[in-house]
Amino acid sequence: MSEKFDVIVIGAGPSGNAAAYTLAQAGLSVLQIERGESPGSKNVQGAILYADALEKIIPDFREDAPLERHIIEQRMWVLDEDSFIGSHYRSDAFNQQPYNRYTIIRSQFDKWFSERVRKAGALLICETTVVQLLLDGQRVVGVMTDRQGGEIHADVVILADGVNSLLAKNAGFHPELKAGDVALAVKEIHFMPQEVIEQRFNVANEEGVVIEMMGKITQGMMGTGFLYTNRESVTIGVGCMLSDFKTQQMSPNELLEHMKAHPSIKPLLQGGEMKEYTAHLIPEGGFHAMPKLYGEGWMIVGDAGMFVNAVHREGSNLAMTSGRLAAETVIELKASGLDFNATHLSRYKSRLDESFVMKDLKKYKDMPDVFHTNPQFFNDYPELLSKAVRTMLTVDGVDKKTKEKEIRKSFRSRRSLFGLVGDTLKLWRAFE
Amino acid sequence: MTRIVKIEEKLFQNRYRVDVGRPHISILDESKCRSECPDHQCTVCCPAGCWIMEGNGQVTVISDGCLECGTCRIVCDSHRNVAWNYPRGGFGILFKFG
Repeated sequence: MSEKFDVIVIGAGPSGNAAAYTLAQAGLSVLQIERGESPGSKNVQGAILYADALEKIIPDFREDAPLERHIIEQRMWVLDEDSFIGSHYRSDAFNQQPYNRYTIIRSQFDKWFSERVRKAGALLICETTVVQLLLDGQRVVGVMTDRQGGEIHADVVILADGVNSLLAKNAGFHPELKAGDVALAVKEIHFMPQEVIEQRFNVANEEGVVIEMMGKITQGMMGTGFLYTNRESVTIGVGCMLSDFKTQQMSPNELLEHMKAHPSIKPLLQGGEMKEYTAHLIPEGGFHAMPKLYGEGWMIVGDAGMFVNAVHREGSNLAMTSGRLAAETVIELKASGLDFNATHLSRYKSRLDESFVMKDLKKYKDMPDVFHTNPQFFNDYPELLSKAVRTMLTVDGVDKKTKEKEIRKSFRSRRSLFGLVGDTLKLWRAFE
Repeated sequence: MTRIVKIEEKLFQNRYRVDVGRPHISILDESKCRSECPDHQCTVCCPAGCWIMEGNGQVTVISDGCLECGTCRIVCDSHRNVAWNYPRGGFGILFKFG
């Protein structure tokens, strides 16, 4: 293939599809390259789709996108060895159309998105791995694929190749990922009849629940667990910083197995049939860990650019938005007849800065550090909280004042008064 | 006691198209694993159990069950002893659900 395109997009996940769709809609010639058998076959997500980011790209997506359940209830559990303290937020407002968030199955969703991209006029080739970027000096001028005669040229290349971001790394645009900047998540999907899910989680047809969990299930590591309902399946998983897995010598599979055996979680999976086990890295390094996002003839979007808000568990919406903004930058430059050099492509960064993407990432820029250096938030507090509640709720003839004293003492002996005050301050500063 | 479902049982549920004879992950210098690496974190952290410590003290990798996450490459940060590429187009893990 010796053709030349306006744009090559590498990857057909949310960011790549958002970019390719936006570009094709504007009439540019777009080649999208995907290494999977079909779009989605390499992609993994704790799959909550936030409607807003997609709506800005495909306003009528609800008409035919494969959506599982819209979320009407969000639960937050803090667990110790054999119990949990939970808060549930359920609102009828989440049950009014248009819905705000949905669970999705990525292999189906990505295929649907990709069909829209092709209908918009982009050319997609699957089962093709891009092995390196073609450089002319500093300038990216195309890609080399693993197909015969695999050189393809374009005016600009959008890297939507996922968290490992091998292409930009091999081209020397950024260094290797650090274990402290990525979380390793493992998850399983368990199938069970629709009625069982609806009874078990107290929801009606098409309504869904998400449970986020922290505490003992991560065995002292910085991370969270999650469980959510699909139409005919329940997905359960846990993700922790890779640096913690490393230092604690923890097997991710065993971590997930222990979590599934927790007495509060086990009944939710009862009778289900496990049909797939997946693992994925999540780029959670945040603002300070972001690589350079553009250069001579290239831009990075999605996970490859570390577009994840770890605090709010948002990723695919940042990915889609970054893809759209990269595409809009290309469209604008092309319309003005401007070259795709780094100076002009810096407009992509300006667009990101003006959007919620960078505003949110900046807001939580210190969050990863706070949790990294203060494991008590994942260790001590969940256990202390749980013991406190158990003490108060156990009716055993001990008066309540004595119980309160006992609770205060347990907190102080575990964290000291200074520690407690310091922790509050740290959290407050990081969230402010 | 929790019954730990073995990783092999889980991977059995997954769909793969193995590129026979062309592993996408390999060890650059096997002697380094023996002589320079005391803790072999790859053998613990790999979520698919592809990395194994053999009885003779040698670390080996069989990437047939690989989930293509990148963990092994990143945990080997002090030795950089992992050659890690994506499989050829169309090969490797093919997620049914993702």
